[in-house]
Amino acid sequence: MPAEIDDIAIRLKGVGIDFGATKLAFDCAFRKGEIIAVTGPSGSGKSTLLNLVAGFDMPDDGRIELLGQDVTRMSPGERPVSVVFQEHNLFTHLDVVSNVGLGINPGLRLGVADKARIAGALLRVGLDGFAKRMPASLSGGERQRVALARAMVRRRPVILLDEPFAALDPGLRSGMGDLILDLRRSEEATILLVTHHPQDVARLADSVVFLDGGQILVQEAKTDFMLRTAPPEIARFLGK
Amino acid sequence: MRTKIISLMTAIAALSSSAAFAEDKTLTVYTYESFTSEWGPGAKVAEAFEKTCACKVNYVSVADGVELLTRLKLEGASSKADIVLGLDTNLITEAKATGYFAPHGLDVSAVKVPGGFSDNVFVPYDYAHFAVVYDTETVKNPPKSLKELVEGDPNEKIVIEDPRTSTPGLGLLLWVKSVYGDDAAAAWAKLKDRVLTVTPGWSEAYGLFTKGEAPMVFSYTTSPAYHMVAENTERYQAASFSEGHYIQIEVAGMTKSAQDPELAKSFLAFVTGPAFQSIIPTTNWMMPVAAGNEPLPEAFGKLVSPKKTFLMSSDEVAANRKAWIDEWLSAMSQN
Amino acid sequence: MVFSERRMTIAAGVFCLGGIMLFVGAAAWALLAADVAAVSEGRFFDAYVRRVTRFTLLQAVLSTLISIFLAIPLALALARRPAFPGRIWIVRLLALPLGLPALVAALGLIGIWGRQGVMNTLLANLGLAQPVSIYGLSGILLAHVFFNLPLATRFMLAGLERIPGEYWLIGTNLGMSRLSLFRFVEWPAIRGLIPGVAGLIFMLCATSFTLVLTLGGGPAASTIEVAIYQALRFDFDPPRVIALSMLQIVLTGVLLAMARLLTPPVAEAVTTGRRVIRFDGRNITDKIADALVISLGMIFILLPLAAVLVSGLRADMVRLAADPMVHRALSTSLAIALSSAFFCVLSGLALVAARQTLLQPRRTSPMARGLSSAISGSSALVLLVPPVVLGAGWFLLLRPFGDVAVFAPFVVVAINAMMALPFVYGILDPAMATHSARTGRLSQSLGIGFFNRLRLIDWPGLRRPALMAYSFACALSLGDLGAVALFGSQDMVTLPYLLYSRMGSYRTADAAGLALVLGFVCVILTIIGTPPERKVEGNADAR
Repeated sequence: MPAEIDDIAIRLKGVGIDFGATKLAFDCAFRKGEIIAVTGPSGSGKSTLLNLVAGFDMPDDGRIELLGQDVTRMSPGERPVSVVFQEHNLFTHLDVVSNVGLGINPGLRLGVADKARIAGALLRVGLDGFAKRMPASLSGGERQRVALARAMVRRRPVILLDEPFAALDPGLRSGMGDLILDLRRSEEATILLVTHHPQDVARLADSVVFLDGGQILVQEAKTDFMLRTAPPEIARFLGK
Repeated sequence: MRTKIISLMTAIAALSSSAAFAEDKTLTVYTYESFTSEWGPGAKVAEAFEKTCACKVNYVSVADGVELLTRLKLEGASSKADIVLGLDTNLITEAKATGYFAPHGLDVSAVKVPGGFSDNVFVPYDYAHFAVVYDTETVKNPPKSLKELVEGDPNEKIVIEDPRTSTPGLGLLLWVKSVYGDDAAAAWAKLKDRVLTVTPGWSEAYGLFTKGEAPMVFSYTTSPAYHMVAENTERYQAASFSEGHYIQIEVAGMTKSAQDPELAKSFLAFVTGPAFQSIIPTTNWMMPVAAGNEPLPEAFGKLVSPKKTFLMSSDEVAANRKAWIDEWLSAMSQN
Repeated sequence: MVFSERRMTIAAGVFCLGGIMLFVGAAAWALLAADVAAVSEGRFFDAYVRRVTRFTLLQAVLSTLISIFLAIPLALALARRPAFPGRIWIVRLLALPLGLPALVAALGLIGIWGRQGVMNTLLANLGLAQPVSIYGLSGILLAHVFFNLPLATRFMLAGLERIPGEYWLIGTNLGMSRLSLFRFVEWPAIRGLIPGVAGLIFMLCATSFTLVLTLGGGPAASTIEVAIYQALRFDFDPPRVIALSMLQIVLTGVLLAMARLLTPPVAEAVTTGRRVIRFDGRNITDKIADALVISLGMIFILLPLAAVLVSGLRADMVRLAADPMVHRALSTSLAIALSSAFFCVLSGLALVAARQTLLQPRRTSPMARGLSSAISGSSALVLLVPPVVLGAGWFLLLRPFGDVAVFAPFVVVAINAMMALPFVYGILDPAMATHSARTGRLSQSLGIGFFNRLRLIDWPGLRRPALMAYSFACALSLGDLGAVALFGSQDMVTLPYLLYSRMGSYRTADAAGLALVLGFVCVILTIIGTPPERKVEGNADAR
């Protein structure tokens, strides 16, 4: 997939990481403003790919660039990245507004404008009036929406979603999907979305990376991917 | 039917126990732990007495003399003790007040205790004078009197015991009271600066002393004998005080509930006899109250032998102990 | 099925609670009802008691605050450095001081901080003539911090290690500074533990006896426990003993309840067991700072232990090792420690399980709430019941049934088990809360039966905290003298008893050697209590 340099948000150049039992290698680039679905069987390296971009894992060789900048040796906090996990995105001892506020200032020094932004984000995720609630009193879906609200207020150009709706009901999933589309639109962010579900791919993604055994098997536009009948791993994934 | 079986069983039990008695009587002696410990006199004493009595000596030991009295109070009149060995003179009034002890009825004129002590219920079996023991390597001019101890260099420290929790502590309290009388509080207030710390018991104090934490400790005139005999060193010595020394006398008594009063009485006679008295010095590290079978070890001849002995009657101690401890507490707690 | 299991769990807890109350209550009743030649003073709360109470509170509050305050940086540094050289031994070491009898620890501390100790010798060499004296409040605090800093560190470290792995990742991703990480991630995990740990330390210090007297420098430093001991032994005044014990329990109970009210409970976060990777403190200054904190903490704890080791090695260990008395004392001590720790952990598990089951439905009945606070309250406060009261009370109760020496082992095991319960409870309660939140519903929904759950889910999940609790309880009863000394029969000589006995008959070197043996046994126990972490193998989807 040819792309202009300044059009690339995430680039992994000859990145390798060795876990002893498995060796993973990634060489890929993702375009700005896209939602890229990262998928593949369990253990194929989806989370590791995300961890490499986030800086939670350090590659043994190769380099990682975000928005043209080499971030390989940069600490996770310095990278222009937001992360949402499947669970435990919220600190249970802080209320909703503080959990979101941490996205603006990690010391919770918040001004009036910041509070307005938080309120706006909560409104957008449909949690207006939940500001003072504690995470324990929220449903799983509500908690994930708070996490998305935090990603919104952080305004980072790269957002990493690690199976953010794996623990949710189908009804809630579609609601969350809308929020993610909204997030991309408003923040012009590039989103890496790890998912197990072909429906998510079909509905949300612009392009797809399919991993297998720590390697990239296929990287292509969603439309092409959805029509695939081979290789068998992808056919199985798509239910064909 | 059932009652018959029970009465039969009791009969058998009674028969067998009386049979056991006839062959081998048991004398139960309550005493403190160090008496029966492996180096204590306990085993040798039992062996020696058993030769004379066709009986078996059975020890029950508790932590110390005070615990002995507590144990007796807890057990009450049903105590199995025939003999209680290890109370000191200060406890006699309280011990008698329990009403569990019987007069011994022995002639104890052969018993020689400094200051002269005799009692119709309790028989003394050993004694020692309290003394300040010092380390000759650090103390070049040991105090020669209680007054010198009280008024000496506050940087030369002493470890003492607490009169609320230990008998040596009470001993020092009574010693100071005997010498200073009504001025005791002032003396304590002065001595306080010399006191490094006040430990709950003798073991802690002596441990600190031998560790070198303090050059002096409140102990017994007989303490140096242990170091001379067992460790072959004259490093630790007792200071002789010109006013005289307070004495601790250890006594034994028989209980009213003693199973075989004659046997108990013969044991009390035995504790003042030569066999027992020769065992005591190098096992209990106390002075004998009567002549033994052999002369005292040489080391005992080198010990401080006070010219004057203080001993308050146990009635006086019992009546005033609380007030004097309060006096001590407030003198020692002042800043 | 699940319903009846719920009832069984509660019943087991109530049974244990009842057992504890009966054990304490019967002893107190026996002592009060005893027809003994006792003259009661009548006036309980005289000036003396007031003064002693004031000092008890002062030193206990200070000891607690200092221990907690110093434990926080140490626990944080240890949690940040999972690969610190010898870390597992450091963690094991934290359980060690608790297993030492007070006298041994006091002599070890004096070897370092005393007038002739290492520190003063150093200072003297540097030209400082006047020795620094530890006798007085400073010595008491030093000794209490020596005992309790490791305890607090160990508890806090366990709390920090329960923080969900995601928290560190999110914190890092959000770019939290060191201070923010402390505020939002570490402090909440620690804060929830502080009331419990502080309560435990406070009780240990409030009931301290030998340390307070030996290092206190004079009778101005006396605790209520000293007055209780005095009242039972020298004055033999049971009503006063009970009154003073009640004073100790009620006062501390009120203080602890207040502390708990002031610090609302923290919602425990549940982790999925994600591999914990931390990104904070990777720069060199942080590494040096943490290494410094850990080293200072270790030096503080190790030096007195080293002093115990050094003086122990001067003893004739070969002769001691061949001494049948030592063998007997060692096996008696081990038998008592192992069995009392067993009963302690068992009842601790039952009590915690019952309390958590009682609080399970969101809206609980007042009755269930009351019962659950009775469980947590009494499991904490048993530490305040003076062992001399229990010993004397049960002595009186058992006398009519024959030779008390026969019952002594059981009573001693029971007393030791009870005294260790607050520690065990403090370890198990948070661990079981996390465990049941992680697995409880899942096991219920899968319909896994009681025994299978125990084998497949609970044991693997609770193995570490249970072992930690077990080794703590063992160490505690190993170092305990109180309960055994009271029954004082020559048939039951434990190591601390033998140690005191040798010390009491001039055998100081033997006593030092026995202290070393005791320390060595404690080290073995802590190895059991802290098994090496199984290495989590990283894989592609490491979760």
